[in-house]
Amino acid sequence: MEQSFLEFQNVSFQYREDSPVVLDDVSIQVNQNEWVAVIGHNGSGKSTMAKLMNGLLFPNEGHVYVDGLKLSDENIWEIRRKVGMVFQNPDNQFVGTTVKDDVAFGLENHGIPREEMIKRIAHSLKAVGMEEYEDHEPHRLSGGQKQRVAIASVLAVAPSMIILDEATAMLDPKGRKEIMHTVNQVRQERDVSVVTITHDLNEVTLADRVIVMNKGNVWFEGTPRELFEQKGDLQSIGLDIPLVSKFAHELKELGLNVNKQPLNHEELMDELWTLHSTM
Amino acid sequence: MNSSMVIGQYVPGDSPVHHMDPRAKITIIFFFVIVVFFANSVASYGALALFALLSVGVTKIPPRFIAKGLKPVWFLIIFTFILHLVVTKEGNVLFSVLGFDVYSGALIQGVAISLRFFLLILITSLLTLTTTPIAITDAIESILHPLKRIKFPVHELALMMSISLRFIPTLMQETEKISKAQASRGVDFRTGPIKERLKAIVPLLVPLFVSAFKRAEELAMAMEARGYQGGEGRTKLRELALRKIDYMVLVLFTFVIIAVFLTRA
Amino acid sequence: MDITFDNVSYIYQPNSPFEHRALENLSFQIPSGSFVAVIGHTGSGKSTLIQHLNGLLAPTHGSVTIGDVMLQAGSKPKNLKALRKQVGVVFQYPEHQLFEETIEKDISFGPLNFGVQEEEIKQRVQETIEAVGLSSDMLERSPFDLSGGQMRRVAIAGVLAMNPRVLVLDEPTAGLDPKGQREIMDMFYKLHHEKNLTTVHVTHSMEDALAYADYVIVMHNGHMYMQGKPLEVFKEKEALNKVGLDVPEIIELTTKMNKRFGLSLEYKKQSVEELAAEAAHKLKGGSV
Repeated sequence: MEQSFLEFQNVSFQYREDSPVVLDDVSIQVNQNEWVAVIGHNGSGKSTMAKLMNGLLFPNEGHVYVDGLKLSDENIWEIRRKVGMVFQNPDNQFVGTTVKDDVAFGLENHGIPREEMIKRIAHSLKAVGMEEYEDHEPHRLSGGQKQRVAIASVLAVAPSMIILDEATAMLDPKGRKEIMHTVNQVRQERDVSVVTITHDLNEVTLADRVIVMNKGNVWFEGTPRELFEQKGDLQSIGLDIPLVSKFAHELKELGLNVNKQPLNHEELMDELWTLHSTM
Repeated sequence: MNSSMVIGQYVPGDSPVHHMDPRAKITIIFFFVIVVFFANSVASYGALALFALLSVGVTKIPPRFIAKGLKPVWFLIIFTFILHLVVTKEGNVLFSVLGFDVYSGALIQGVAISLRFFLLILITSLLTLTTTPIAITDAIESILHPLKRIKFPVHELALMMSISLRFIPTLMQETEKISKAQASRGVDFRTGPIKERLKAIVPLLVPLFVSAFKRAEELAMAMEARGYQGGEGRTKLRELALRKIDYMVLVLFTFVIIAVFLTRA
Repeated sequence: MDITFDNVSYIYQPNSPFEHRALENLSFQIPSGSFVAVIGHTGSGKSTLIQHLNGLLAPTHGSVTIGDVMLQAGSKPKNLKALRKQVGVVFQYPEHQLFEETIEKDISFGPLNFGVQEEEIKQRVQETIEAVGLSSDMLERSPFDLSGGQMRRVAIAGVLAMNPRVLVLDEPTAGLDPKGQREIMDMFYKLHHEKNLTTVHVTHSMEDALAYADYVIVMHNGHMYMQGKPLEVFKEKEALNKVGLDVPEIIELTTKMNKRFGLSLEYKKQSVEELAAEAAHKLKGGSV
């Protein structure tokens, strides 16, 4: 039985009483060590959801549980240590004047002793492949590098969960690959849940589970494979499906018996190869 | 964009002066500035000048960098010198220029005041030339630390300074980007009457402010997410420590002060 | 308007320790009416290149000719205003340039600077706000009350209202969701044809370069690395990979299919449906 780490129980949220409801009676959970992708068009409520996960916002109705703790004013600092967050704009979350100082910031906030800090900085910069940039100033780094530093800053505090809130949206393709590679790497090294808020479909295919948000509601919940099986519906809420899925759908309609919904080129090829050799 | 120009005039180096604790440097400069006003003989001036020039020499910073830093004040130094020549009427008349009598006292005083001025600026610019802005911020936080008892927000002040330093290059880049975007929409920042040019600043300043506020808001949220709740209970990565070199220089400087007071006229 | 780069080099902060050669001996021609994609990874010189198109930068060596305006190294550029009137630039995150109290005023700002008559401006504001997919009921509202995607559209309308003959787009869809991205690019593509514009589109998206451009320029380290029709350029997978660029996914997929199953599918801009039909046909046929 998988252990749930984070749970939303009937969460509703609106920014002001007279403003539209952003989240409407949402119940979800994220398990320990699980990678969950949250997608939805702009304004679907996905970023608000992220901010409710570490107490940057509080629900109007319903409850948020993190590691068994019910989110409240008393325990937000404890929860924020357990749930780290990387934001969209690489510049606006870089606090330190150098890479090293930036990673130190979170550790300083949590009162980690200096000796321990130095160890953790070295270790977490290594985990994201930025150990050679310790003394670099932020304006000498690319967007992707800054986001890797942001991930290192979060890792240094040793959280049980990391949220990437559209952390790749402002990056070029190279930067995006760097970040996805980094996340994969980190997950191999330590136990940590990951929540990626995104509209990049290729990021979705890497996740264990997908939650699709639409107009403040959970529109779909399941594996990426299950999601991409329903082609038309996804397009109706302003999202798209990856090219391979589209291609596989077409082949299926043309009478080729593609059984398993492919998530990448290799899976499609293998599937077709099986068919091909039995035809 | 040239960032080295933006962040003060720090010249990276490996000299003992670079390696000194910024607090030691600030302390020395503080007392130097006071003691300069007590110097009134050739020997006392000599002691201070020797100390200042020696410090400059040790840094191995090319003299042209230092001269560049002094550029804006050369005029002031020369002006003070001439003013003294004209106004002071002590001692014997040495010679006359354009109908003005130049007294010996005036010459001496002119040289003394200009030298004092020069030394002040030289020694203070040595601080910014050999110390990164962030190290200066650390030093200020440490020096002001006792003021915490009277509820002076020392930590907040230092954090504010370091965040400003961090964002100066970012905002410079932003300014350039926005001014290019507006220039593409037909704004002319360079020519035209003053009034028009002032008006042209609005399309630059408004977006700059909007973006700075947005950045501030996002930064505040990011800081909160990373557990920032004020200075209470925080530890620090940057640590200042006085080392042998600092003590040696402090002792040397004490001798200079003693020499100044012993050789006063 | 024809655009010609003749041996253009651009050096940032020449003769200083910070000297940086951003463009080197760049020569190419863009005939009037083309839709050109400029691709290359970050730092390849794309952004320096497009700043020459409306005289924000002047070449350190060589010359740039846009229509009848020539920017030449060493001589002070003339007619800059006339040039900027004809070359509209949509920068990355253009919503950052909004500053007026109302959407209408912001869209009018460009044309006003270029001395367009008031009546004419009013008409252009109406036209452009609709062109970018917003309602003209919004004109009196503050641009700062809009959502990010809407602000982007208003900023684009502000550039379109200048009625440029050349449209320079620097990643105009960065940060938008997939639907927003498609809508904006489709809009530019439509305008390009309707108004017979010359369009230069800087992009990281190979899919966009393939879908919209009729010519592709690949930049690398300030040099012209490759140029040609999209289908020709994207045949060179290895050369592109070498400088950190991918080929569009549909081409990649076609190549892989050919290799694995010994097919001879050729991608020539057919739809996914058509390509799948061809593949299915060949796969079935191949097994007989």
